[in-house]
Amino acid sequence: MAEIKYTDDHEYLNIEGDVATVGITKHAQEQLGDVVFVELPDVGKTVAKGDEAAVVESVKAAAEVYAPVSGEVIEANGDLEGNPGLVNEDPEGGAWFMKIKIADKSELEGMMDADGYAKFVAEQG
Amino acid sequence: MVPFAGYEMPVQYPLGVLNEHLHTRNKAGLFDVSHMGQAYLSGPDHETTAAALEALVPGEISKLGLGRMRYTMFLNDEGGILDDLMITRSIAAEDDGRLMLVVNAACKDADYAHMQAKLPDSVSLSPLEDRALLALQGPAAASVMAKWCPQAADMGFMTATSTQFNGNDCHVSRCGYTGEDGYEISVATDKAEQVAQTLLTHDDVEMIGLGARDSLRLEAGLCLYGHDIDETTSPVEADLVWSMSKRRREEGGFPGAERIQRELRDGPGRMRVGIKPEGKAPAREDTEIVDESGNKIGIVTSGGFGPSAEGPVAMGYVQSAYAAPGSGIGLMVRGEARPAHVVEMPIVPHRYYRKQK
Repeated sequence: MAEIKYTDDHEYLNIEGDVATVGITKHAQEQLGDVVFVELPDVGKTVAKGDEAAVVESVKAAAEVYAPVSGEVIEANGDLEGNPGLVNEDPEGGAWFMKIKIADKSELEGMMDADGYAKFVAEQG
Repeated sequence: MVPFAGYEMPVQYPLGVLNEHLHTRNKAGLFDVSHMGQAYLSGPDHETTAAALEALVPGEISKLGLGRMRYTMFLNDEGGILDDLMITRSIAAEDDGRLMLVVNAACKDADYAHMQAKLPDSVSLSPLEDRALLALQGPAAASVMAKWCPQAADMGFMTATSTQFNGNDCHVSRCGYTGEDGYEISVATDKAEQVAQTLLTHDDVEMIGLGARDSLRLEAGLCLYGHDIDETTSPVEADLVWSMSKRRREEGGFPGAERIQRELRDGPGRMRVGIKPEGKAPAREDTEIVDESGNKIGIVTSGGFGPSAEGPVAMGYVQSAYAAPGSGIGLMVRGEARPAHVVEMPIVPHRYYRKQK
């Protein structure tokens, strides 16, 4: 069964087995506004938790997407390069950024579930 | 909402930056630019007031016709730009000797102090603290204005008049900061909301925030003070020589004339240029510009995504050898030199109103 975790950098991880599908949350895209550019990591790249893994730019600003877990990037969502606006339309569905093969599942500990993240966003105002 | 020059201003309205930008290019956008400084400069006659102002700016003011407007800039003694501004000569002969100025919000206190210190006794400055300023911009602006201010439809570009909008006294000028046809409406603060609400009843009109204002003026190649021009840049470097008449270029008589005349003669060391990245990555302000060997040759002063250009657009300063349109340059974005080239400005063509003769 898939399990969804959230980070305080407003990324989600949809975890199936040892693969995390990573993207930015609905709240994050709302804050960014109209997304006009996405830069993705190369497939095969090894990232460490906290590394800048991707870049998302809106009409307002550029933002980094950090690797929420360490591991190898096994897939990147090429659809976003041609259609960055998908990040606004379907952030937690079709607009995933990358799939990471998780090196160490203990890094998932302490991440928020959906309720925890909703509370976190509400508290941030 | 974001703080901007001491005002709380919206980056966007519910439409969002991208759609606000496109709406302005397709129909009409309404901008609340009341933060800008409006002031009168008054003297005994036009000749005196114009001469007093010409001592501070390189623009041709003495030959400005009744009801005509001009873009110019305050210069420091080194020829650097203290602020850029719009100057209007009143259309009414009985008001002659009076010029209306519109200056940037962030500079207005310094501008007023600068003028107070330099003006002769016969010319006085009076800031208009009780006036709001609304801008209506876009191809539908003229038809929208005509509904409540029929006189506006017939105005030439860069002209101004005192008139009424739906029964409210106001000062209307045909100008703007988007590259589109449009107007600015100066109106008493207590009538401004009513004028704005009236305009917004029109289906073609939407409120536009700071975000789209920035992308519109960037595509139109227009400078944002404090970014594309500042106290270190001269009008020659900033590619604003068009705003100086031949007489003023030759005669001088404005602060920093020596540097400006030297740059006109020998060419400036650097030039403000339009930039089009070849890829899709926007290059933001402060991005380093490099040559093919990686040597720094300039800096981006404004950059982002241009919704009408359908891609990233920027402007910045490069060494003059790279200033010709078509010159290949690199933009250092996230540690990587990304290919780009210098382009003619405006990047999106202006569509100012041209009166039929």
